Amino acid sequence: MVTSRRVRAWAIFCVVLVPLLLVALGPSVAQANWAEVRVRGELAWGGDLQGGEPYVYESPTEPGKIIGFEVDIADALAKELGVRAKFRQNDWSNLIPSLERGDFDLILNGLEATPARRSRLRLSQPYFVYGETLAVRKGSPLHTLDELTGRSVGTLNQTVAQELLTAHHADVALYEGQQEPYMDLANGRIEAVLLDHVIADRYGCSLPALACVPQDLARGSYVIGMRPADSELAEHVDAALTTLIARGDLRRILEHWNLWDARQDELAARSAEAAKAEANAPKSSNAAKPKLTPSQVGLFFQGALITILISVCAFAIALPVGVVLAVVRSHAGRFARALATAYVEVLRGTPVLLQLYVLYYGLSSFVRLSPIVAAVLGLGLNYAAYEAEVHRGALAALPRGQAEAASSLGLSRLQVLRHVLLPQSLRIALPALTNDFVALLKDSSLVSVITVVELTKRMTIVAVEARDWVVPGLLCAALYFAMSFPLSRLSLWLEARYQST
Amino acid sequence: MIRISGLCKTFGSARVLSGLDAEVSAGKIVALLGASGSGKSTLLRCLNGLETFDSGVLEVAGFALSPGKHDEPTLQALRAQVGMVFQEFHLFAHLSVLDNVTLAPRIAQCVAREKAEAHARELLAQVGLEGRAQAMPRELSGGQKQRVAIARALAQGVRVLLLDEPTSALDPELREEVREVLRRVARGAHQETKASSGTSGLTILLVTHEHELAHELADEIWTLDAGKIVKRAAPARS
Repeated sequence: MVTSRRVRAWAIFCVVLVPLLLVALGPSVAQANWAEVRVRGELAWGGDLQGGEPYVYESPTEPGKIIGFEVDIADALAKELGVRAKFRQNDWSNLIPSLERGDFDLILNGLEATPARRSRLRLSQPYFVYGETLAVRKGSPLHTLDELTGRSVGTLNQTVAQELLTAHHADVALYEGQQEPYMDLANGRIEAVLLDHVIADRYGCSLPALACVPQDLARGSYVIGMRPADSELAEHVDAALTTLIARGDLRRILEHWNLWDARQDELAARSAEAAKAEANAPKSSNAAKPKLTPSQVGLFFQGALITILISVCAFAIALPVGVVLAVVRSHAGRFARALATAYVEVLRGTPVLLQLYVLYYGLSSFVRLSPIVAAVLGLGLNYAAYEAEVHRGALAALPRGQAEAASSLGLSRLQVLRHVLLPQSLRIALPALTNDFVALLKDSSLVSVITVVELTKRMTIVAVEARDWVVPGLLCAALYFAMSFPLSRLSLWLEARYQST
Repeated sequence: MIRISGLCKTFGSARVLSGLDAEVSAGKIVALLGASGSGKSTLLRCLNGLETFDSGVLEVAGFALSPGKHDEPTLQALRAQVGMVFQEFHLFAHLSVLDNVTLAPRIAQCVAREKAEAHARELLAQVGLEGRAQAMPRELSGGQKQRVAIARALAQGVRVLLLDEPTSALDPELREEVREVLRRVARGAHQETKASSGTSGLTILLVTHEHELAHELADEIWTLDAGKIVKRAAPARS
């Protein structure tokens, strides 16, 4: 018995992990060298529309049309190279792995030149100089990097600003979009936001409650990222950029977008620097990938703890609220029943992601919930709708005679529910409850949109840093499995126990 | 103890009880006979408020019920005096035999657990199940389940016991054990009535298809047809 059980556990383990491995080791990278780009007549460039104005975004007046200063640069570049530019949408924080996979020929989307990126990619010469701008609430004393130590500061994932803040031991809150950090700053959830001046100018500094520190805390440049193997393409791209700068085309584009400022005077000097740095940069091969460090593994366990915490607390809300909703729907008067039905239909019929956004950002001018509280509340109230249906079904599955016999003994309606119906319906609902809890465990990854770094978010951060999806992916899967598997065993054991007593 | 006058009840367009009049004095045992659909079970269910009725007056154990919805406190007080045994037992599947019997005294009457359990053990002894107090319902035979249900209905010291075809759901070979328990309960009711002249013993209404049992136990036998009592007779005891 013991061996067969062990074999079964292993079989489950393999069923879970083998497909993941296959996906991870999947199709090899399609290399696009210069000749191939020319034959194709198309230069595929990757960017993220969510990055928004003024980089790459959908035209508000012509839906479906993509505009932005980087769109204009891509078009000018392609024209110079004698091909067409073709935009490929990709999540910003995963642009580099997607480039390495061969999804497009180059990255042109606010990619900052850093030594780490230079060792991984072939970077072009700069096309834009940005300043790191610190936004604070009006009257805040914060205005240098050193003062940010221990303060909660918002920024975007995988940016230079994130590296700067981490190096200065700030308490970093990672956002998915540009607008949200400034909303949270205005609402007082965080103390400052550090981002490129392009973003700060458009989304932050103009808000009435906020002020931006006038000096740049750091400067850097946006470059085009390419695969190290595509050196011929890279040389043509650099040459084309040089021409665009020399002819004044780049300046015209930046002026058109109101982006030309004194910072761009550094472009020439930075180009020379970049050429030198690129020539000397050691390109690490795939064999020399950075390994997962013990501290990263530690962060994984921390992420798993947060996942458990959020899931358990959310379920502790979902279960009782669900039971109350089910009881109201099956026993209460018409008005209360209609309200409960409306709750279930609305919460079940709209995406939980949307509910999290509304709860965290939408309501922030009325109640300022912390990310964890908003996560627990959002998931809990959403799952309550599902639990309500589970319990309603379980109550309906009880023989009618149970309630009749209990009331014929003189028990009140509440006593009938409490002592006769619910104890039995909860047992009927147990397998479905376990099922929902396991689903919740995984749905909890959605709360990363409101800056909570749980297990899945941690995995994506580490995977990009470590340039590897296999090991972080397996570790992440193993941790989820380690959390859900004991639960399903516990549920089976409880079911068996109720059967035998 | 029970007074019924002009009791009418319809289910949709079907008239189940049509102006039924009857009276049962305290300590009497009445058996109700009649074809299926003649209104026997509905009458019983009206008597402890499981069904509402359309017109007429009901008086049970000192409580007056009027047509339409009954209010909850009256129902609870009434039911503490009027026990009901169902054809299909309806034991609480998640509770042991002992807990099935003590649930209502403890929860609805606030009797202390020890006291409720002591009384429950006496009742279980009366129905011949003293050894099965800790058993779960699913471990019992149908006959044993019905005997627990009888003990449960009596546990609150009721003055009226309503028995709705208590042997119909049982295999023939299991019926005798339930009949035996019913005989014992009936005998107890009669003795009590005689002993305490003045106050009264248990009043029993028994709906059944078993004519022999009816004639053996009852003081009076009513025959129902189309929602009316068409015949009242003294039992023919052999």
